[in-house]
Parts: sequence; structure tokens; C-alpha cells
Amino acid sequence: MIDIQPEKLGELRQFITQFQGKPYFESNLIAVLHKAQALFGYLPREAMDTIAEAMNIPTAHIWGVATFYHYFNLKPIGKFVISVCLGTACYVKGAQEVLDTLRNELHIKVGETTPDMLFTLQEARCLGACGIAPVIMINDKIYGELNSKKVVDLINQMRKSAAKG
Amino acid sequence: MSQITIFINDKEYKVESGQTIMQTADHLGYHIPRLCYHPKLSIEGACRVCIVEVEGVRNFVASCAYPVRDGMKIRTNTKELRQTRRDIVELILDNHPEDCHTCERNYNCELQRLAYSMGIRRRHFTGEKKHYDKDLSSEAVIRDPNKCILCGRCVRMCSEIQKVHNLTQAHRGFKTVVMPAYNMPFKESVCTACGQCINVCPTAAFLERDYTQELFEALNDKSKIKVAQFAPSVRAAIGEAFNLEPGRNMEGELVAAFRKLGFDYVFDTQFAADLTIMEEASEFLERLQSGGKLPMITSCSSAWMKCMEQFYPDLIENVSTCRSPMSMAGSLIKSYFADKIGVDPDTIYSVATMCCTAKKYEAARPELVVDGRRGVDMVVTTREMAWMIKSAGIDFLNIEKEKPDSPLGMSSGAGAIFGTTGGVMEAAIRTAYELYTGETLVDIEVEAIRGLKGVKEGKLTMDGAEIRVAVAHGLGNACQLLDIVRKEPQRYHFIEIMGCPGGCVGGGGQPYASVNAIPLDENALQKRAQALYDLDRHKTIRRSHDNPDVQKLYREFLQRPLSPVSHKYLHTHYHAKTPRGIIPRVELK
Repeated sequence: MIDIQPEKLGELRQFITQFQGKPYFESNLIAVLHKAQALFGYLPREAMDTIAEAMNIPTAHIWGVATFYHYFNLKPIGKFVISVCLGTACYVKGAQEVLDTLRNELHIKVGETTPDMLFTLQEARCLGACGIAPVIMINDKIYGELNSKKVVDLINQMRKSAAKG
Repeated sequence: MSQITIFINDKEYKVESGQTIMQTADHLGYHIPRLCYHPKLSIEGACRVCIVEVEGVRNFVASCAYPVRDGMKIRTNTKELRQTRRDIVELILDNHPEDCHTCERNYNCELQRLAYSMGIRRRHFTGEKKHYDKDLSSEAVIRDPNKCILCGRCVRMCSEIQKVHNLTQAHRGFKTVVMPAYNMPFKESVCTACGQCINVCPTAAFLERDYTQELFEALNDKSKIKVAQFAPSVRAAIGEAFNLEPGRNMEGELVAAFRKLGFDYVFDTQFAADLTIMEEASEFLERLQSGGKLPMITSCSSAWMKCMEQFYPDLIENVSTCRSPMSMAGSLIKSYFADKIGVDPDTIYSVATMCCTAKKYEAARPELVVDGRRGVDMVVTTREMAWMIKSAGIDFLNIEKEKPDSPLGMSSGAGAIFGTTGGVMEAAIRTAYELYTGETLVDIEVEAIRGLKGVKEGKLTMDGAEIRVAVAHGLGNACQLLDIVRKEPQRYHFIEIMGCPGGCVGGGGQPYASVNAIPLDENALQKRAQALYDLDRHKTIRRSHDNPDVQKLYREFLQRPLSPVSHKYLHTHYHAKTPRGIIPRVELK
């Protein structure tokens, strides 16, 4: 598991202080959850407990918000987050095959992370790169005109780069 | 507020403005079907069962959330409405297990009644069912998400009335589940075990942990001496489970039923309530005279006990060290009483029938173990006991009344009123006054702290000293009162807190609301309380210290209040516990 660095929790507390004393203080919860996810990559329980204490909001309420929005990850995510575009253009151009290849290659389902914490697989709607469909996005970078072989090559490249550190 | 004219089903009515269609229709004798609505909770508008037609509005509107306006033409019972409501209830049923005949709430289920009254006689849809594990971790409250229809009453009860905020609707859409934070098991959550989620749940998504089968088994065990005790408010409410009006005192019937079920001895928790008063009043006076921590806060309510340890650890020293009456009785049954009848305490099986789910939690508290054993081996609720009596074929309503056994069965009127909010304080005042001044308090009915107001205050003068007391019932009201205590620690000397609305009469283990009643109806709570006040009024002995069996117990065993023997058997201690509870400053939506 990823350890929760105390200095990051401190940064989170610091972030919350800027809202302190302002009207509708509690309504900053979503912004604070965004900050927590930016710090940890997901919402660890320790972060939600810290927010609860610092904002005086019951943990159940925070949990309700965190689970409602798909944007928030409740589990640690991998080093490479792969979003497979399933928009119309990509779908027509074979996105399903790309997705199936990734599932087989990584042995995970959509929404899961590989045990080595390298890859997280997600679905996406249109990524706005229909001209080079089918596309996937790895972290913030788009890769286009894919097929099964190219996808496997990409994954192997990522593995190599991760092994080098 | 002004008078406006509205039309319901083409009939003209003059009504007050500023109300919802549902409230107005209720006054006019139209009961619009409903499910997620509860008058004590905020408007959720989730179930859409209460829809009505308003002329000029394109869609049907939820009458619980829609205000009346001048000239509004409302229809409550058109063909289209009936059809739509029936479809809505059918869709709610669609992912419900529909295992009514094996369900704990068969015949007591609002969804079942609604389905019947909507005229659902055959099913048009079949869809996906939910498959979640039950949460069986808690000794008191169990959760079955499969039966949940997401009306949100439990969530609102837990956060708005009790301010515990243990529950939330997590995830979304079809995958929405009511759960504690992080989907933690109840046992590890901030749940206070008060059981009010059970009271307001229309189905069986929340239930008490059921011990009835185990108890039937124990009652058949010839090697055990089976000892019963029962709380004051059980007698004031159990009649409702047998279709009686609220407020019938069933004490004699209960004692007889316990014996018919196989209990060897039947004691009354009211006796222990008298004893609690002896100890608690003495503890209060000791704190008052020797500069101990004040205000002193009562400790009878187990939900409050758990709440205090998780939400108010800073107030631990303010809380009386007295065990609850149930636990006092429990430890005496296994010591004083065992000795009296000359048996090994381990052959005694001690069972408490309580209005409370949290007592199941309390009985298992390690802090209450004396000489390596629990005082109370099992707690069953009023509901469980009502079911057992029915299941054993006991003719409860026509049974010959009987009296509880000696030496832990006789009680004063002060012990009886323990079951209602303000009762412990009133009982304590009766005794504390006399112990302090040496004079008998003549006017013993303390009106200021009776009734269902959330936080009540009273004053009395003892030998020239003014004693200020306060009473709160329901953990939300308690939270208001304790905020005052944190700010002004000098304001009160003595505080009573009960975890449930109305005190124990509104406990989480009381009978489900009957067909035409709402859960925790104030009228019913008042009638249950009145039954206890009547019990008090009809007793010759109305002060705990006048109870001859209590006096005898001190002579023979405990020596005097707060003696080392008393401390061993009748007192306890508390610890701050995790997870820490958080009460928000504002209502969160």
C-alpha cells in the first residue's frame, strides 16, 4: 500500500485554513476533496478523517459526497492511468478491441488497478481526438490510431520505463 | 399566514396558506399515500408516492413538498394518479427481495401495506435485485441493505433528530446504499445503538439483533435458574403490539407472561431504578458538598453512554458513575440474590426485557463485568418479547395479572417514572431533597421537567441553596444542552439526558407504529408517559428511599449509598472511544 505522508496531511490542513471563518465554510468540501485527490491520487481514509476533523463535518457526510462523484478515486491508482475512449468515432474504429486487449494484457477490469500499482484502467467518453480514432489517454497524453498490437507495444514501453525508474 | 381558497377533488375549502398540499389535505381528511415523508424530519421528496394532480402544472407534484396557493385546483384520486402511484410503488418493489412471509416485519411493514392499498395484485415488471451482505457486526442494530428502498428516513433521523450522523446514502443510482462512513461495520462506527433507524424504517432494512430463539432455548435449559427483569416503559408500550391503544399499563400481564414462558424469578427493573436514585442522589449531594465536578449528568441511557464516550469525552467526569438500573439489577441478581437463594451465580441466566436496543450493547460492555461475569446475559426488546409471548401462545390480554418476586421486585412511584423524559430527574429530586434537608418534599410532581419539550429547565431550593436542573431527550436535544454546558459550566447543577425522543417510552426497541400511526407519534409517546405517571400516582410509596426492599438491601448487603460494596456492584467507569463523533455546526444537505 501507498503510505500516507504526514506532511501531505499537513498541507491538506493548511489548504483548509484559507476557508476558515468564511461564509458557507462547509460548502468548500468538494474543493477540499479535489485537493486531497491531487495530493494522494485518491482519497485515503486518513485524508477524509483529517478533513472531517478540520472542517467539523461528520465522516459519513464526506463519504456520501466522495462516493457520489465518479471523479473521486476511493482506491489508490496506478502510476499510469489509462483512459480508453469509447466515444462514437473511436467505437466505430475499434475501441472495444483496444479495451479488450488492455483487459487481457493487464488482467484487470475497468476501474481496477494492477497489483504492481503500475496501471489503472478507465473508460472515457469522447476525448476530442476523433481524427486519430481509436484513442487512449495515458495520464495526460493522447495516443491515436491504435490497434491491438500497438496497444501491447505501448504497455511494454511503459513497463520498461517504469523498471528503469 | 392568510386564508386562501383551494379546491380538492372539486370541493372548495378555505385553508391557511404557507402549508404543503399534504399538510392541508391531512387536515381536510384526505390521507394522501406517502412513504419517505415523516412529520419530524426534513422533506426528502424521494419516493414520489404522494403525488397529486395540480391543474395547470404539467407533471404530477409531490404533495409533501409543494405549497398550496390561492385558487389551486388539486386532485388526489384520479385514474391516472392511481395508475402512476401504483407503478411507482411497483418500481420500488421491483428491486426489493419480496420475501414478506419470512421477514421480521411481516404485517408491520409500511411498504407491504402501501402495495396492498395501491391495489398491486399482480406484478408487471421484473428487474435486477440487490445483493449485499447484511451487517451483523453490532450487538444491537443490524442492517440489511437488500430490504432498503432508499427513502432516507433513517439517514434523516440519525442526523437531524439524533445528530449522530452515522448514516449516509453512499454511491449513486441503482448502487446507492445507506451505510456508515467508509462502509464501516456498525460496531466500529459512531452508531450509538439507539435504534431510532429501526423505528422509522418503513421496511426491515434495520432491525435489532434478534435473540428470541436463543432465549427460547435458554428457557428450556433445566440446569439454569432463569431470572427476568423488565424496564418501566416496556409495560407502558407492549400493549400496542397486541393492538391496544397506547398507554395501557401491562405490568401484571407481563409478570404473568414471564412466568408462563419459563422464568423462575421475575424482578422489576423499577426496583433497581429506586436503587439508582439512592446512589445517584447521594453522588450528586457528595459532588455538591465536596466541590466535585458539576453539573452531574445522568448515566441511565446506554445510547447516551456510547454517544458521550465518542462525542463528548471532555464531559466524562461530569457523568454519574452509576450503572443503569438494568445493570444494577444484573449485578445484584448474580451476587445478593444468588447468595440469598444459595446458588452458584454461574447457574443463573439473567435476561432483561428493555424498550431499548442500546441495552444489548450495554449488557456486553466489559466495564460492567463483576467477578468475571456479566450481570445481564441477554437483552431482548419490547418487540422481541411481544413476539415471544405470541409465539408461545400466551393469551396476553386475558391473562391473570401477577406480581413480581422479592427481593428485587418492589418499586416506588419514582422508579416507574424513570421510563419517561424528566422522570429520573424528578425521582432524584424527591430523594436528594430529603437526604439534603432532612425534610420531606411535599409537592413531588415537578411539572417543569415533564412533557416533550426538547430541553427543559427547572429550579428548586434546598435549605436556601438554589439547585438548577435541566433535562434533554433525544441525542440532538442533548447536543443543544451540552453546547450550553461547555460554554457555561456553572449554569446547571444536575442534568438528565435520555438518548431517545420522549425518553425510554420512545426507545428503539418499542413496538412498531400501528397501521394508522406514524413512528414516534408524539401523542403515543405522551400516552405511554402518562401510563407511567399514573402508575406513580397510584402507589403509596412514591419516593425511592421509602422503598422498604431498598432499605433492606442496604442493611443486608450494600451498607450505605456509595459504600465500597455499592461501588463494586452498582458503579462503573467510562473511556473516550473511537471513532470520534462529529456534530456539524450547520445542517448539511
